[in-house]
Amino acid sequence: MTTEIRPLKIVIVGHVDHGKSTLVGRLLHDTGSLPEGKVEALRAMAERRGMPFEWAFVMDAIQAERDQGITIDTAQIRFRTARRPYVIIDAPGHKEFLRNMVTGAAASEAALLLVDALEGVQEQSRRHGYLLSLLGIRQVAVLVNKMDLVAFSADRFGRVAEELRAYLAGLGVEPVAFVPISAREGDNILAHSRRMSWYQGPSVIQVLDGFVPAPRPVDRPLRMPVQDVYKFDHRRIVAGRIESGRLRVGDEILFSPSNKTVRVKSIEMWNVSESPEEAVAGQSIGITLSEPIFVERGEIVSHLEQPPMETTVFRGRLFWLGEKPLEVGRSYTLKLATTEAQVTVEAIERVIDTSDLSSRPADRIERNGAGEVILRTRRLLAVDPHETNPATGRFVLVEDYRPVAGGIVSMDGYPDQRRLVTVRATNIHAVGHAVTREARHARNGHRGGVLWFTGLSGAGKSTLALALERELFARGYQVYVLDGDNIRSGLNADLGFGPEDRAENIRRVGEVAALFADAGFLAISAFISPYRADRERARRAAGEAFHEIYIHAPLEVCERRDPKGLYRKARNGEIPEFTGISSPYEPPEKPELVIPTHELSPEECLALLVRYVEDRFRL
Amino acid sequence: MNHLDELEAESIYVLREAFAKLDRLAILWSLGKDSNVVLWLARKAFFGHVPFPVIHVDTGRKFPEMYAFRDRYAKEWGLRFIREECPPIEEVDPTLPPAARAAARKTLGLQNAIRKYGFRGLIAGIRRDEEALRAKERYFSPRGEDNSWNMKDQPPEFWNQYMTDFPPGTHVRVHPILHWTEVDIWRYTKREGIPVIDLYFSKDGKRYRSLGDMDITFPVPSTASTLDEIIAELEATRIPERAGRAMDHEAEDSFERLRAAGYM
Ligand SMILES: Nc1nc2c(ncn2[C@@H]2O[C@H](COP(=O)(O)OP(=O)(O)O)[C@@H](O)[C@H]2O)c(=O)[nH]1
Repeated sequence: MTTEIRPLKIVIVGHVDHGKSTLVGRLLHDTGSLPEGKVEALRAMAERRGMPFEWAFVMDAIQAERDQGITIDTAQIRFRTARRPYVIIDAPGHKEFLRNMVTGAAASEAALLLVDALEGVQEQSRRHGYLLSLLGIRQVAVLVNKMDLVAFSADRFGRVAEELRAYLAGLGVEPVAFVPISAREGDNILAHSRRMSWYQGPSVIQVLDGFVPAPRPVDRPLRMPVQDVYKFDHRRIVAGRIESGRLRVGDEILFSPSNKTVRVKSIEMWNVSESPEEAVAGQSIGITLSEPIFVERGEIVSHLEQPPMETTVFRGRLFWLGEKPLEVGRSYTLKLATTEAQVTVEAIERVIDTSDLSSRPADRIERNGAGEVILRTRRLLAVDPHETNPATGRFVLVEDYRPVAGGIVSMDGYPDQRRLVTVRATNIHAVGHAVTREARHARNGHRGGVLWFTGLSGAGKSTLALALERELFARGYQVYVLDGDNIRSGLNADLGFGPEDRAENIRRVGEVAALFADAGFLAISAFISPYRADRERARRAAGEAFHEIYIHAPLEVCERRDPKGLYRKARNGEIPEFTGISSPYEPPEKPELVIPTHELSPEECLALLVRYVEDRFRL
Repeated sequence: MNHLDELEAESIYVLREAFAKLDRLAILWSLGKDSNVVLWLARKAFFGHVPFPVIHVDTGRKFPEMYAFRDRYAKEWGLRFIREECPPIEEVDPTLPPAARAAARKTLGLQNAIRKYGFRGLIAGIRRDEEALRAKERYFSPRGEDNSWNMKDQPPEFWNQYMTDFPPGTHVRVHPILHWTEVDIWRYTKREGIPVIDLYFSKDGKRYRSLGDMDITFPVPSTASTLDEIIAELEATRIPERAGRAMDHEAEDSFERLRAAGYM
């Protein structure tokens, strides 16, 4: 049994009809990689349809393709030389299908750039060369095809090769070889062709076998974009793939852009005999942390030294695939590693003409064009300049759900803004108000405070909160209900319903309620707030003014009431992590007040609450 | 990291992206070797849990061994299991050749499930190397309201950025093992100790390479009766995997018609 060697991923690019598909068919055939009977079947099919056999048929397995005569999409084909296995990604040259070429080329470790000896270098030959350089494909070989059509002329070969060499040099791409071939006839594919004895260089197979697999960037600085935070059991696991570097248990790590520091408690893996002490670039892992800090998808884990940069603005070199042109002032969704943000095109620095690499100023970039733009976001992003760390230094722009651009980050001329945030955070001092608390209370006729309702869904929190608000307002109180609707749609619009987001939701509500109390208001909050720790934090924010009120009804009662049908859905598994069903509710240990809504009428409950408020808050 | 580790890490990444970005997600479990690997990868990705439903679109014509396997592991692995029964064959386009028609019936069953549960993401265990058409697939492949796949207008997909937002009415197929080959599947199955249905092993000189409905899947000649022997056999063969599937031989375009209709 042979061992598992990783196949090398290569892409074949070039102008339409310069012979990419033919070359693929040829390679498959000459290396003995085709299923038995495939070529015979295709020859028979061609005969049936009264057309000459083409090697490209091997690729064109789709009816539509055969009819249209152009390869429409990226396809992956495998073959094997004596040295190792390969996956080839056929990247069609038709202009309309540039996005497919990008899809294929971005995943490759090396590229074969095909050019027709007779037609010479064409528009797409150049554009593809340009994209290879932008996509970071550094191993390129140029194959000058259809040498049979130019009588295997060394002179013609030399001229075509030279033209392409000059162009690629302008991009900083230096091909490892220039090979004269005939894909259709099989010259210089596997072995040297006797018809081109003037050529001493490697055959196509030798070129392929000479490519080096892309090394995994284990020696670059650690980058692990957070994909998600899980709490399926007692563990709270931060999940992601290490894009570069290595990470060890006990390491002090930094989350960016939130700028939080913590230690790695463990590296989690399922179905392994013992959990690992170290993980490296390429691995999809999970980690647990020494402290329960709030982190979320989109942040980047690094070590304290060598962190990514933080910024709200950067320069992007991009190619544009959108139907509508890219324009100054427009906004797009940026995806960078696992982060998403709205970006606005602040300026187009230049548009690049890929036919001669000249550039000019412009206010738009058209479809299939390339250029350099300044992108600005509202919130801080963690990024790397592409040359220092590709995985966190490249981005995709999305418009109308579809990816419309790919680009790489340059931070030339832009400072790291991390310093700014760190300094800002340590510079804050509590502001001494000119108006005293007593003065506010005296004017209102009552003290400020937080009435923190907690209890199961269906226990009656919202109903009672609103009834109490109406009643107290009528009695001259400055009173305001904080509930899911007015908080979730604005202040907390960025939060979801995962455990961390819920905790953060409650933390913010606690802070806002405390501000209301400080301003002299009675703030009534009506959130389930199932966790003691979260409620304790809210209590700390408001201090003395905090009153925990347990709106209590047993689970069975709440479930029977089920005003919004939520329990039923939760029981059917349609709502994950539903409090009381699939997620815990921790009742208060020492609430200031308990309202047992299953034993009292709504009027009785309200009366209890009003009396409580009048006793404690009225001056 | 060896080759299998890299394949696994990529698949886990895709699964986690799907879970993070798509609500109403489910795994399609066909009970075959590929979807068993996908389930296994999901358990790895989510640390022993499969945090979304696992759905079997049941034609009622699978092998008894497959049903036994399903019932056992649905329980043992703590899966949130859903069985969706396919509608009767009479409801399916009679102009299709018989095997393709049977497959189209499965499409209807799947469409019913999508409607019933409102799934917006379906994870499926297809591989690019299975047949030429699948070679064109993306990891995240949006499907239209009628489940159709617009092969010629696929979004670009690169740098691990997938199409995770899409217009109302569409859903996405997620293909976490798109980049695996048949022999990768078996090597991984062996390394991980993933349970295997006996039908894949040779009996009386024949074994199944691919398992579909009983009446349209046929065993191929083989003496491989252990995982090692299967792996060795696949390394030597050039016969395509789906040789034992009737549908593939019916018409050059039957795959394509089914694909466009959302079958695959
Ligand atoms: N004479 C000659 N024709 C070739 C050669 N390679 C490809 N062709 C022909 O060029 C045409 C386009 O080839 P194809 O592989 O489809 O190009 P693609 O668009 O780059 O995939 C076909 O008719 C091929 O037969 C070659 O080496 N010599």
